[in-house]
Amino acid sequence: MNAVTAHPMLLALRDPAALTGLSVAQWETLVCQARRTNLLPRVAVTLDGLGLLPQVPAPVGAHLEAARTLARAQADAVRREVAYIDRALAATGVPIVLLKGAAYLLAGLPAARGRMFSDIDILVPRPALAEVEAALMLGGWASAKTTAYDQRYYRRWMHELPPLKHVSRRTLLDVHHAILPTTARLKPDSAKLLAASQPVVGEPRLRVLAPRDMVLHSAAHLFCNEDVGNSLRDLVDLDSLLRGFAQESGFWSGLTVRAAELDLTRPLYYALRYVAPILNTPVPASVLGEAEIGRPPPLLRGLMDAIFLRTLQPDRVGAAANLASLARGSLYLRAHWLRMPPLLLACHLITKALRREQITAH
Amino acid sequence: MIVGELSREALTGGLADGGLRLRTGPVVTRIQSRFPRVAEGVALHYADYTLEDTDGFADFHVRIAPPRSPRRWLKPQVYFHFDGASPFLPLPADQAFAMLEWGLNWCVSHHCHQYLIVHSAALEKSGCALLVPGAPGSGKSTFCAGLVSRGWRLLSDELTLLDFDTGQVVPLPRPVSLKNESIAAIGQFAPSATLGPPVHDTVKGSVAHMKPPTDSVRRAAERAPPRWIALPRYERGASARLTPLSRARTFMHVADHAFNYDIHGRRGFELLADIVSDSDCFEFRYGALEDAVASFDSIAGAA
Repeated sequence: MNAVTAHPMLLALRDPAALTGLSVAQWETLVCQARRTNLLPRVAVTLDGLGLLPQVPAPVGAHLEAARTLARAQADAVRREVAYIDRALAATGVPIVLLKGAAYLLAGLPAARGRMFSDIDILVPRPALAEVEAALMLGGWASAKTTAYDQRYYRRWMHELPPLKHVSRRTLLDVHHAILPTTARLKPDSAKLLAASQPVVGEPRLRVLAPRDMVLHSAAHLFCNEDVGNSLRDLVDLDSLLRGFAQESGFWSGLTVRAAELDLTRPLYYALRYVAPILNTPVPASVLGEAEIGRPPPLLRGLMDAIFLRTLQPDRVGAAANLASLARGSLYLRAHWLRMPPLLLACHLITKALRREQITAH
Repeated sequence: MIVGELSREALTGGLADGGLRLRTGPVVTRIQSRFPRVAEGVALHYADYTLEDTDGFADFHVRIAPPRSPRRWLKPQVYFHFDGASPFLPLPADQAFAMLEWGLNWCVSHHCHQYLIVHSAALEKSGCALLVPGAPGSGKSTFCAGLVSRGWRLLSDELTLLDFDTGQVVPLPRPVSLKNESIAAIGQFAPSATLGPPVHDTVKGSVAHMKPPTDSVRRAAERAPPRWIALPRYERGASARLTPLSRARTFMHVADHAFNYDIHGRRGFELLADIVSDSDCFEFRYGALEDAVASFDSIAGAA
């Protein structure tokens, strides 16, 4: 695992003070890697916190400033959007549990600092789903997926409604009733998550997952999700959450027990296995020992090490790039493998392969 | 060193191997490509631009390359790669240089948030800048090319960068993109202008680029404060007419045409308000370039 330390992006995450010793060429690599992994604002905020921004070369400083401006605007937009969602759902009386970025932001967690946001994720009780969707439609959210196949895919097999887009603000909202797909092998019980959720200070209807559940959700997201491009960012989320919650007494002791209750011992095992060596996250040895209950068979573990360590490295060239690309491809497949039974998966991948959506240059 | 000092072999080899670090205004882009059309386009349009040393800082790394599929030979295609990803659908290979130009615009408009970026042409005369914000089809680029070929300094054709500290335009002179009838119109209006070969059947129809004047490129570090804002509208056969436009409406129009107004919040509002307050604002209808240029020459002369 030592090879990973050679990357400027990983250096920025592990030992940001050491960045002042970078050459111009290394700064250039860092900006590219950070941009690609959506972590450039994070680097900016970290360097600012250390008072090191004045020591950054001027052209790099311009990128950091630009990225920070963008991240700040996104955070403002998320707060605004959450207020709109809250208002739209007020009459239903359904409690809204914010997930991921929006939760970190509204709960004032360090994981939100310099984080980029793409959409907002909320969790609601499954029985309330229809009521929530109707209220959101009245508020101007409409399904962003219009084909019959997509609608059926989400509604029958996924853990969320088809993504919603606000008609005038163009913002994206994912309404979840679970944190993993209905068809997935792992089945974390949403009722347990909702029951343990905690209020957001000053927001009567908004809630966030309890600290341990937040960590476990982040782990599940990182190790079961097909969004491979954001893996390093997700690992950074996990690192920030663990460092933040480690201050709360009793956090570590119940983590593995909670993972077992939520059927998430395997994602927790992987999370702790990779986050500590890659980002120097301080995890107590006793917790690493307890997490062994989620340990996969040795052959699988070796394969996962090879794959994850490659995808978590931000920038590779030549043969290494091909291997990394293969690793990303296999993670994408693995994510799908975990979320659906084989036959369903085969049908789904074929359907997806026959359509491709991308944007056009202009 | 400037691009024009390189032999054609050195230029082609540089683009094909490690890439060339091309400075355009405040931005340095490392460009890599093996496409002859890219090398030809760079040689023609960027002859006066500075190449930075390989040990300097490049803001963006772009590569124009064929796909790894039979489409590299069969009805060949071209991809724009940025930071190892390809954000756009491929285009037919004969549009390789146009794709580079559009890609470079995208790099700036999506990342350079240290500026307020407006979809606008910007030109300078007597030390003051004229902003011409406009939607595609408004005649913005044609008007811009017309002024440039009559002695106005090109600050930018597509992306006007506004500096938050000084309110000045930070020049980003790049080739002027001409579409359809404008190509012949500029060819007639300015026979000495250097136009690249037109490519047809792009999303914008036929496109040709005009090489920026050497003087505009050499003076790219000289910023200029906005003094006039003109919203153009081309109408066939119309005589040039300038109508004063209220500052409020001008403000809304410019904000509408800004790429990143929404992310700057209050700071963006204040910068734009200052600029609009300090500028004379017009709606400008024209049907003939000669009239159009004469109108603005007299405005600049009176300033």
